[in-house]
Amino acid sequence: MGTSFGRGGATTFQQDLQNADCILIEGSNMAECHPVGFQWVMEAKARGATLIHVDPRYTRTSAVADIHVPLRAGTDIAFLGGIINYVIEHERYFRDYVVAYTNGPTLISEEFKDTEDLDGVFSGLDAEQRKYDFHSWEYQTGAVQAASGHREMEAKQADAHQQRHQAESAKAEAAHGESHGSGGAAAPGNPDRDETMQDPRCVFQIVKRHFSRYTPEVVEQICGVPKELFLKVCETLASNSGRERTSAFCYAVGWTQHSVGVQYIRTAAILQLLLGNIGRPGGGILALRGHASIQGSTDIPTLFNLLPGYLPMPHAGVDVDLDTYVAGEETDKGFWGDMRSYMVSLLKAWWGEAATPENDFCYDYLPRISGSHSTYETVMAQLDGTCKGYFIVGENPAVGSANAKMQRLGMANLDWLVVRDFSLIESATWWKDGPEIETGELRTEDIATEVFFFPAAAHTEKNGSFTNTQRMLQWHHAAIEPPGHARSDLWFYYHLGRRIKDRLATSSEAMDRPVQDLTWDYPTEGAIAEPSAEAVLAEINGYDANGAPLSSYEQLNEDGSTACGCWIYTGCYSDGVNQVARRKPWREQSWVAPEWGWAWPANRRIIYNRASADPDGKPWSERKAYIWWDDDKARWTGHDVPDFDARKSPWHRPPAGAKAAEALSGVDPFVMQADGKAWLFAPTGLQDGPLPAHYEPQDSPFANLLYGQQRNPVRQVFPRKHNRLHPSPSEPGSAVFPYVLTTYRLTEHHTAGGMSRWQPYLAELQPEMFCEVHPELAKARELEHLGWATIVTARGAIEARVLVTERMTPITVQGRRIHQIGLPYHWGPNGYSQGDAANELAAISLDPNVHIQEVKAFTGDIRPGRRPRGPERVALVEEYQRRAGITESTGMEVRGGR
Amino acid sequence: MTKMAKWPVLDQLTGPDRLGRGKAVKSKRSEHLTARLADADRVVKSVCPYCAVGCGQNVFVKNNKVVQIEGDPDSPVSRGRLCPKGSASLQLTTGEARRYEVLYRRPHGSDWEVLDLDTAMDMVADRVITTRRETWQWEQEAKRTRRTLGIASLGGATLDNEENYLMKKLYTAIGAIQIENQARI
Amino acid sequence: MAVDLESLLLEDETPAHASGYRDHPPRMGFFTDTSVCIGCKACEVACKEWNQVPEDGLNFTGMSYDNTGGLGADTWRHVAFIEQRRRVAHQVSGEEVQDDGGSLRWLMSSDVCKHCTHAACLDVCPTGALMRTEFGTVVVQEDICNGCGYCIPACPYGVIDQRQGDGRAWKCTLCYDRISIGVEPACAKACPTDSIQFGELDELHHRADQRLAQLHAAGVSDARLYGRDEGDGVGGDGAFFLLLDEPEVYGLPPDPVVTTRDLPEMWVRVGAAALGIVSVIATSFIGRRP
Repeated sequence: MGTSFGRGGATTFQQDLQNADCILIEGSNMAECHPVGFQWVMEAKARGATLIHVDPRYTRTSAVADIHVPLRAGTDIAFLGGIINYVIEHERYFRDYVVAYTNGPTLISEEFKDTEDLDGVFSGLDAEQRKYDFHSWEYQTGAVQAASGHREMEAKQADAHQQRHQAESAKAEAAHGESHGSGGAAAPGNPDRDETMQDPRCVFQIVKRHFSRYTPEVVEQICGVPKELFLKVCETLASNSGRERTSAFCYAVGWTQHSVGVQYIRTAAILQLLLGNIGRPGGGILALRGHASIQGSTDIPTLFNLLPGYLPMPHAGVDVDLDTYVAGEETDKGFWGDMRSYMVSLLKAWWGEAATPENDFCYDYLPRISGSHSTYETVMAQLDGTCKGYFIVGENPAVGSANAKMQRLGMANLDWLVVRDFSLIESATWWKDGPEIETGELRTEDIATEVFFFPAAAHTEKNGSFTNTQRMLQWHHAAIEPPGHARSDLWFYYHLGRRIKDRLATSSEAMDRPVQDLTWDYPTEGAIAEPSAEAVLAEINGYDANGAPLSSYEQLNEDGSTACGCWIYTGCYSDGVNQVARRKPWREQSWVAPEWGWAWPANRRIIYNRASADPDGKPWSERKAYIWWDDDKARWTGHDVPDFDARKSPWHRPPAGAKAAEALSGVDPFVMQADGKAWLFAPTGLQDGPLPAHYEPQDSPFANLLYGQQRNPVRQVFPRKHNRLHPSPSEPGSAVFPYVLTTYRLTEHHTAGGMSRWQPYLAELQPEMFCEVHPELAKARELEHLGWATIVTARGAIEARVLVTERMTPITVQGRRIHQIGLPYHWGPNGYSQGDAANELAAISLDPNVHIQEVKAFTGDIRPGRRPRGPERVALVEEYQRRAGITESTGMEVRGGR
Repeated sequence: MTKMAKWPVLDQLTGPDRLGRGKAVKSKRSEHLTARLADADRVVKSVCPYCAVGCGQNVFVKNNKVVQIEGDPDSPVSRGRLCPKGSASLQLTTGEARRYEVLYRRPHGSDWEVLDLDTAMDMVADRVITTRRETWQWEQEAKRTRRTLGIASLGGATLDNEENYLMKKLYTAIGAIQIENQARI
Repeated sequence: MAVDLESLLLEDETPAHASGYRDHPPRMGFFTDTSVCIGCKACEVACKEWNQVPEDGLNFTGMSYDNTGGLGADTWRHVAFIEQRRRVAHQVSGEEVQDDGGSLRWLMSSDVCKHCTHAACLDVCPTGALMRTEFGTVVVQEDICNGCGYCIPACPYGVIDQRQGDGRAWKCTLCYDRISIGVEPACAKACPTDSIQFGELDELHHRADQRLAQLHAAGVSDARLYGRDEGDGVGGDGAFFLLLDEPEVYGLPPDPVVTTRDLPEMWVRVGAAALGIVSVIATSFIGRRP
């Protein structure tokens, strides 16, 4: 979403779903995974909205939907691409919106070649490096005659952008696209446009050609969705979008957990833009996140490629100093143009007095990345012996991460491991009772890893804030002190940092300077010396030279006079008041409830809300009025904080040469984007193409019907012994794994189970690992309801109780009836409720943009009975590998592969 | 006679509840029944720790113990409601499954040993410093890296923003870059 | 003692009044609208957390997503899951197009003690452990119950049950402690979609009638109210339901009848004998330590 709109967060908020005329839930099982948020969907339904659920399984969400569309797992781009085609072909797009607010009219470089031209790949593919050079995807600038003087400047800009592209290419594998969580990718601010959208090289025409082959017939053949049903979805969406009506999309990890996951969301973004549903009430795309602060942990990232506020981590050899770092990232136009101020303020927050203009504000203290260092590469590094120490904090990779065996084998190769959790989760005890101990692959006495288990404090025992799925920060207050030796992670890291600083205080080594100079003076409270979370929040918010709290990121300076830990959170502690802790009851304020918690950016609840008004600043319709231009007061006003300069009139046009936010015109609602527009076509910022194309999952029983290119050419794959991939559908061995497997969550449990399998009241509701199969499949494979089944892939074999249900609808694709097997992934061998982990089966094959694993669609076999015990379990997997003819090169190709 | 007046059977026979199904049979416990909401010393405002809907929670505390956790009716997101997981927050935070001591498994060890918190903290700090020294990298392929690839971290999506902030700040200062969380998973 | 027992039992204006509460609050109850239930089981957990009801075993039942099984001493809210080849009014699903057997639907319904107007459990309880409260609800008083078990076969719905190892009877109290301080019961409070609604029974009846009419107008002709009718075999329920199919489908008796319907006449006959016992009871009470 960052690449399409400029920010990586949900564009709307849960309560706004009640205003939707139609809600499409796809890639999410919202009723099960977000039941309380789902009340707003039910509210919309009660008001007459149509609810569409597109999902391979008939779930508790489907049960209350008006339309349920079962589709083959892993084919959502084909499905949504088909709707895009329908909307364009039947002229059901919102033309005025598309022309004014998207890059539909923008012209693209003549060098660009589409998947249409290259049989499924885009121009710029370097097959040897398995990556794209995106130079040819660029906007065209300067070809159209511009005012004299203006043109030369644009040519210079174009040069600069080419350099940036090259830098971005160098950083491609480092999840650089993800850095656009709040700030779009670099692109020329004023490219050439054709407002009639007739030019064959304009984005709109390219999009139209690109999706023209995604016909209803093709959708039926790829997704297994009957044409009539597909057309009903198209018609329902189209007729509930436009001036008077809006439709909202909800998605979750059903879209992200694919080897082409980011492009799933891009497809939805393109569709929602064509329908004119972004920035408007009852519209938008709501990313539904599964952890209390998963949005927060991206905003203030515990991620390898980011610094707080989506500032990218410096890249070795490219971002050599502050100037090159900023030059490689900032944009001419939009708020990302001020990123130097954000970066300098962050460095001041971290290194305080030591950070001066003379020393680049300690920029050089930052470690550099060189390619991807994602959690999966970290596992490889553990196996290779490079990574020796590992902290696991509130996660359970031995159950919850793809290819659970490799996770454990990686840990078994560490010098030391720290696990912080409530209970003894599998990631803490694998060395004594993990699956490899049982199979004999590991022996406890051979494992040299030191393991520390620290009991964690609960949310009731600490102060702090979570950022929820709608970018809203909410404060939780400590009710009691943590019992025993349980401590908050704030305590742990503060006191660990203090100890490390003490030990290095007298060092004269240059490598220790960043530690010595680090600001680390947080007041502590109580007998256990708990650091003040509010003091940390105040640092995150930022302060001026006098230490006074800032109220807006627009106050940040590049001269070192301000310090700020996360620029997008500036304002959360304005006036020295914890805005995050605000709790004005909803009954006492407007439906938007702006005085509950605090949302980034600047407490805006629907972002890009300038787009809720037409180019002249009037609501598109009274029914969908949200933010509008008040001519008398000469300002934007409405139900929310305008996500726009409140004083900038709709008719404002920036002077030539204007920079950053100044360069935004009155009709540029996407204020973080380099051109102020939402991107139907992404000229940069994505590793696997400017437009989404349907590729089959890494493991798939079907050949790609659309292109000669079977899989995402630049997906990340690892040819490791324990990470074998399945043969392509054309290879004889593929029949060994004839079924589609998909993993998911249940209402009654939470992710890898650390917070649910140990709770008797939850455990009794879903007491053990099971698989869901259709009666036909049960019959074909002699699986007994309530009996046991063994599920096998080239990575592992697990057992599960069998739940036979018609809800696992077989899908008919290309004349073949294909069965899908449902696998909840909550279980592991520890806890009160136990079972095998579904992630034993999944391969590590990743999306190239964000390095998320493909666990929503892969293949496998199922057979009756329990899995073998001991070494036999390994032998079974090896037998399957042999039968399928799997080698280390299986499924590894870049081009072709059908 | 005062005792007799309270005697259920007599009350039943003389009072309006002649069939002895209601008022007359109300027990002492029922008479003095109080909800532990009303008894609480304080109500603390909180947020559900499970998914990212962000439901408001009210935490009821009595004698420094959490005695009940339920939805905060004031929240505009959740309006007082909770799902089964949120409703199990009391068991999550006060249940028997939680551990309260530090455990240590020495290299090649076959079982856990209990460790003092301070000792364990010192040991971890020592290991961070040692591993960092051993794996420090100023350059890679002649490009400045100023980092360690020896230390990694996984976790953050279940933690507070303030915790993530201190983690990222400390890890960056020591030069650790393999910092990841569930957002990737 | 010329008491017209039958009129007290069957024709009194409110159950609370008949039970001796003169200045009683309005009758309170549950309306469970199963058409908006998403089967999340928050009600089951919220109930157990509040009432400290024991966890009662890990049983993978294979009955769709229902691993609870039914109401009992340790389950006061139970969500039933019913998978059917039958569709809800205008609902469209791909399964229908692909298979010949018709569309799929998945019914979910949270069951609970009905808090009957004529509660047999109450009638048969020899100790006064079962009590009608001033809210018209029926509760077991745990300090009185001696575990005789008479109430268990009496319940026409099979709700009340004895707890293993404890012997006493347990069931939903409609959160007597909570409603006494004006707070809604735990299950209703947690329910994410407001499928479980708590309130004054009259108001709930009104709401349910409206919802039913709305669903009928929308073509959901299967929708019906269960336990709403004051003329049914239990005089109507304090906890009633909107169902989308026959009650039997949800495991509910189609025509529940208070098992003690004939009791009044029996009582008149045994009345004298009962009074005779009073002296015996009196002796036993007086003999107890205060």
